[in-house]
Amino acid sequence: MMKYNGKKFLKRELLPFFWCSGCGNGIVMGCIIRAMEECGFSRENTVVVTGIGCWGKADDYLTTHAFHGTHGRALTIATGIKLVNPSLEVIALVGDGDGATIGGNHLIHAARRNIDITVIMSNNFIYGMTGGQYSGTTPLGAITSTSRYGHVEDEFDISELVKTSGAAYVAKGTVANPLQLQRFISKAFKKQNGFRFIEAMNICPTHYGRANKLGKAPEMIEKLRKSSINIKLAKDMKQEELEGKIIVGEYIDKKVDGYIRRYKEIQKRAAK
Amino acid sequence: MSRIKKRERVFMQGNIAAGEGAIAAGARFFAGYPITPSSEIAQHASINLPKVGGTFIQMEDEIGSIGAIIGASMAGAKVYTASSGPGISLMSENIGLACMVEAPCVLISVQRVGPSTGLATKPAQGDFFQARWGTHGDHSIIAVSPATVQECFDLTIKAFNFAERFRTLVFVLMDEIVGKMYETIDIPDIEEIKVENRKIATCPPEEFKSYNFVEDLIPPFAPFGGIRISKANGSGHGLDGYPDTNPENYDRLVRRLTDKIENYKKEICLYKAFNCEDAEILIIAYGCSTRPGLAALELTRKDGLKVGLLQLQTLWPFPDHLIRKYSEKVKKIVVPELSLKQLKSEIERYVKNIPVVGVNKVGGISITPQEIVKEIEMEYK
Repeated sequence: MMKYNGKKFLKRELLPFFWCSGCGNGIVMGCIIRAMEECGFSRENTVVVTGIGCWGKADDYLTTHAFHGTHGRALTIATGIKLVNPSLEVIALVGDGDGATIGGNHLIHAARRNIDITVIMSNNFIYGMTGGQYSGTTPLGAITSTSRYGHVEDEFDISELVKTSGAAYVAKGTVANPLQLQRFISKAFKKQNGFRFIEAMNICPTHYGRANKLGKAPEMIEKLRKSSINIKLAKDMKQEELEGKIIVGEYIDKKVDGYIRRYKEIQKRAAK
Repeated sequence: MSRIKKRERVFMQGNIAAGEGAIAAGARFFAGYPITPSSEIAQHASINLPKVGGTFIQMEDEIGSIGAIIGASMAGAKVYTASSGPGISLMSENIGLACMVEAPCVLISVQRVGPSTGLATKPAQGDFFQARWGTHGDHSIIAVSPATVQECFDLTIKAFNFAERFRTLVFVLMDEIVGKMYETIDIPDIEEIKVENRKIATCPPEEFKSYNFVEDLIPPFAPFGGIRISKANGSGHGLDGYPDTNPENYDRLVRRLTDKIENYKKEICLYKAFNCEDAEILIIAYGCSTRPGLAALELTRKDGLKVGLLQLQTLWPFPDHLIRKYSEKVKKIVVPELSLKQLKSEIERYVKNIPVVGVNKVGGISITPQEIVKEIEMEYK
């Protein structure tokens, strides 16, 4: 799997990444560009759409076509691009604040209508760029800069949500297991039709790690690794045993028409 | 085309005429969210766009709608959406995005009475400044406004031409009266319709820069998916579209986004002047209030009063040069509008030496000719 380095997609003169030391975004980025190369993507046929947030800066380091849009709206922009030029590979990179919180409505509707794009969500349970506030995926009880006494709300399981919304492909990986994460991304890229969603469980040592005393990046990654349970094993486990675990694996992989193919039928019907 | 193939005379609704104008101008993508009094425009798009190989999509909200058309525009399509005040409020952030990434788009806003839900859905002209300043930050914008069903067709085509030529978002600021009204209009032969397309980059791919500085201030466009790698960026960017936070660069960018429209004001500002040559009293109006204005002109001219009317077809950039020119020889300006003096206050920025009086209603009904006549006759009492 490492025979692909994805370097042609990386704007190397802009390195190093602006992300904090220990941030897992670079790992996710590596998985994406290697998967792009593996799947035969070119700079010319790929459009990366981002929102706003730490992960929203990802397109700044890419050599493909790119659209750096507004907070939470990457999927709407990606939808317009794909519908106008279906031959393009359209990839939306969103964070948990961007994609699952302010952009949550767009996420479930894009999944429901099975727009033929791939979304890669970097989920680090926190708003990093604005100073470590809680998001829609922050776990109950977690300390953030706006939940100093412990978070009062329950979190979304985003992969479950997207699966339930109707997406063709949903998988959850972690930055503790890049090979697996890359495999999921490649599979999503190779799937031709429908909405494909990868949740990359990530770490934010600067805000989340520090506030919750989870140690430095290596310790946080180790904790991610230890709390990961494969979805196949999780099936036979009790709810109590799964408390605090991250269920990694493929949540759904089904065949769908996809929006583009269906709309082509509508165009034919209308033209009669 | 939907209906338009050859020259014909048809009885049509204003909203539908705007939709026909859009397709005649080459629009092939619409994303929208239902809201009265603009609904017919989306319905028309859903029926007619797929017939011509175009795409209609109803999004989950107005924020998604404008996001989708901006994305579609950067992929190379001519795009539009339609809404009304509450929906435009939701779109506001991404109006700025369209300005910043320089995505040609047309936004048809069929005004209804606000604020908030207001009276759903009675007419108003309270969104004059929303079109100009709905989004945050310094920018310039183009807004045209039809007063007849014929103009709904003609000015929507103009709006697309402006959007393409200047790479920007253009408002077609309609209102409930004009949008819902039926009139007979002349549809020209499709071949006779003047359609402009955005300037496409032709340089070698390695030399291409998404926001290259060129003499006319409008960077040549390269669609996503082409050999010229295109980068659209709503954040501060350099000529290549990659981030640039340098103050001098950003200052230059914002000035260019403004100048690329303001420098062409004379070309963009469309208007009609009725009986202005010898006028002593000048009515200045746009959209639905032009109609009682013209009726008032006719009534007062019959009585020998020297009344003229300046109809603003372009509202933004504001035609201050026309206001100055046409107010030179008059004693008084009367401004009928379905708002509390939005247009009037803008006129007053440029007219200091003569009275500017408003005829204003915000209750969701039209101004009558008599109400304007009364204001004109005061001058002769």
